[in-house]
Amino acid sequence: MSEAAAWLVLFLPLASFLIISLVIRPFFNRYSQWAGYLTILAIGGALVLSLMALKATTGHEGPIGWDPHSWITVGSFNLRLGIYMNSLTAIMLVVVSGVSLMVQVYSQGYMKGDPGYARYFAFMSLFTASMLGLVLASNVVMLYAFWELVGLCSYLLIGFWYHRPAAAAAAKKAFIVTRLGDFGFLLAILYLFFHQGAIAGQGLNSLEIPDIYRAVQTGLLGTAVLTWLGLGIFAGAVGKSAQFPLHVWLPDAMEGPTPVSALIHAATMVAAGVFLVARFFPIFEAAPATLRLVAVIGGATAVFAATMGMVMNDIKRVVAYSTISQLGYMMLGLGVAGLAVAREGHVTAEVARAAVAIGIFHLFNHAFFKALLFLGSGSVNHATGTVDMRLMGGLRKVMPWTYITFVIAGLSLAGVWPLAGFWSKDEILAVALKEQPVLFALALLTVFMTAFYIFRVVFLTFCGEYRGGAPGEHGHDAHAHGKPHESPPVMVVPMVILSVLAVISGFWNVNGAFSVFMGEGQTKGFFEGFFGILAHPLPWIAMIVAGLGIFLAYLMYGSKRISAERMGERFKPIYTLFYRKYYFDELYENLFVRRSLVNGLFAGFQKFDTNVVDGAVNGLANVTVATGKGVRRWQTGQLQLYGLFMGIGIVVIVLVLLFAG
Amino acid sequence: MLAPIGLEHFLVLSGALFSIGLYGALAKKNAVVVLMSIELMFNAVNVAVVAFSRYIAPATTAQLPDTARFLLTGQVFAVFVITVAAAEVALGLALVLAIYRLRATVHVTEMNLMKQ
Repeated sequence: MSEAAAWLVLFLPLASFLIISLVIRPFFNRYSQWAGYLTILAIGGALVLSLMALKATTGHEGPIGWDPHSWITVGSFNLRLGIYMNSLTAIMLVVVSGVSLMVQVYSQGYMKGDPGYARYFAFMSLFTASMLGLVLASNVVMLYAFWELVGLCSYLLIGFWYHRPAAAAAAKKAFIVTRLGDFGFLLAILYLFFHQGAIAGQGLNSLEIPDIYRAVQTGLLGTAVLTWLGLGIFAGAVGKSAQFPLHVWLPDAMEGPTPVSALIHAATMVAAGVFLVARFFPIFEAAPATLRLVAVIGGATAVFAATMGMVMNDIKRVVAYSTISQLGYMMLGLGVAGLAVAREGHVTAEVARAAVAIGIFHLFNHAFFKALLFLGSGSVNHATGTVDMRLMGGLRKVMPWTYITFVIAGLSLAGVWPLAGFWSKDEILAVALKEQPVLFALALLTVFMTAFYIFRVVFLTFCGEYRGGAPGEHGHDAHAHGKPHESPPVMVVPMVILSVLAVISGFWNVNGAFSVFMGEGQTKGFFEGFFGILAHPLPWIAMIVAGLGIFLAYLMYGSKRISAERMGERFKPIYTLFYRKYYFDELYENLFVRRSLVNGLFAGFQKFDTNVVDGAVNGLANVTVATGKGVRRWQTGQLQLYGLFMGIGIVVIVLVLLFAG
Repeated sequence: MLAPIGLEHFLVLSGALFSIGLYGALAKKNAVVVLMSIELMFNAVNVAVVAFSRYIAPATTAQLPDTARFLLTGQVFAVFVITVAAAEVALGLALVLAIYRLRATVHVTEMNLMKQ
């Protein structure tokens, strides 16, 4: 793996973006299939190179060091661009380019005939390039630039159908809400910059990630500094990963095309927050207070989002809440694993990587099955023209492939042995149980709710009788629907590939190989791990809980033995609370946006503008007008008066000449 | 004994006439009276011009008799002024008449059509 190859991972999708947006779209047909093929080709190339990177980092001790390239040098300040390639980078590269490739192939079918076809693929290429750049960056400033670029792409793609007011509003909401978190991240970067002096003596640059690691390990930065840094970085992660209390944007982001949701708002961009915490894990390790915060926020978000996911009727929103919940799970995993490791004593890079492995393993598995769930709901949406599950039902017969892949992804999400989700969830549960029983209880509750809501979707969508699809208008543009039908092969094949991954991606750590790859632990026999895990009680507990969730969903929505309506009636206050999303939208809208900003700050600005700024301009004009009015009285138009003044003037001149001359 | 009549006496007369004329031109409201006052100022100027001519103008030649010994510049100037004044009054009176026909007034303060 040469450095040029690593840079090529980033530049291939970037080139695809430039070619589509500067050549294909303006000069050729904007419906040209070439835009799609080019994107697929570029991302396919990136995937191959990512797999090479994965191979190169396997068994490689520490990061592969390439000297960064000097970019900006001002006095002693030196900003250098480079690639930081370690196992975390490689695993993220594979996830991003792999899921992206599947999604692009799927999009060929889903976006066919859309007026924005070329624009869609241009944005998707740009997004993939930015996400890969974010993963590769060795410099905090470079990382932040790509961090904002993925935010921009998210904005552009949520608002892809910008003619819909809901999509435009959702895009704005996503951009502004994540901006709040990004501000924290920016502050952390500035804080690092101002601590340049503390570590410059050791020849370290506070903006470069490897140097930050070294500074933390050698204790050059105090705990207080690291705590603030950790809080700032975590703020960025909270915004991007839609954690409580900045979770409100992600469900609305479902206004974008479904493949966008699958790629950006399930598998990659929202996981960037988890990646960020993992990337700066040494900082968090050295400041345990921040780890506790990460764990608590993660655990709380996991439960909180799951409760809302249980009552939504929009299939994509259920999956979106599931995403928030699972991201919380990853944060919880990172937090508790970090705490467990931190308690064992001196923190080394290897130990930190072991904790990272637990959170990132769930990210890795989640990316495949969650992308698959989204692609499945996109397929359903494609067939019925609606995202409202109350209008679906009975699709099992007409869409067998979608049904099978969706159920596999659902089982994987619920954590059923031996599917992918089981393995990573089990690790998180185990470490949570060891570290913090309360968080373990939250995690277990989440397992129950997760199983319930995802099988509620399965039963509502695929079982029973078909309930008619979209009434009148069609949710997804450009598709006229008669009867629901299975999606074309170009959509089904990526789903099948992802479903295979959703089954087997977890096997990587069955024998501990993933942890070894991440830099810690040792392997055991595959079959020993595969069946041996069933000898422990914890996996059984988790699976029984998940089974109860699935069974409850079956009773309520499959066999209808328990009436969902009656349950809703009985627990009406709770149901309403969940259904209205805990009134967070209203809270933010009324308290922050309307009361504090619109009526407070902005009203103040407006007063300043009308009174002071406009007042100055108008005042000047008024003075001029008043002066004019006053002076105008002299101009009577009476010639005799003018004559009088002239006479007086002459007299004065004469007197002056006589006496002063 | 009375002092012989000199330039000063003519200038005082001229100044008095001019002041009366100026007062009339500025203060009177009747356009005809204003024209008369202007006429008075012209004549004050004539008096001054002729007086200056008589007392200050340099002698041309000693051989000529007394009456012809001086240049007549001032007197000629006065004749021009009288001519111009006559023309001015003719024009002014014509205007006053025209205005009177139109607006039935000769008051200068009421001739304010452009101001409105």
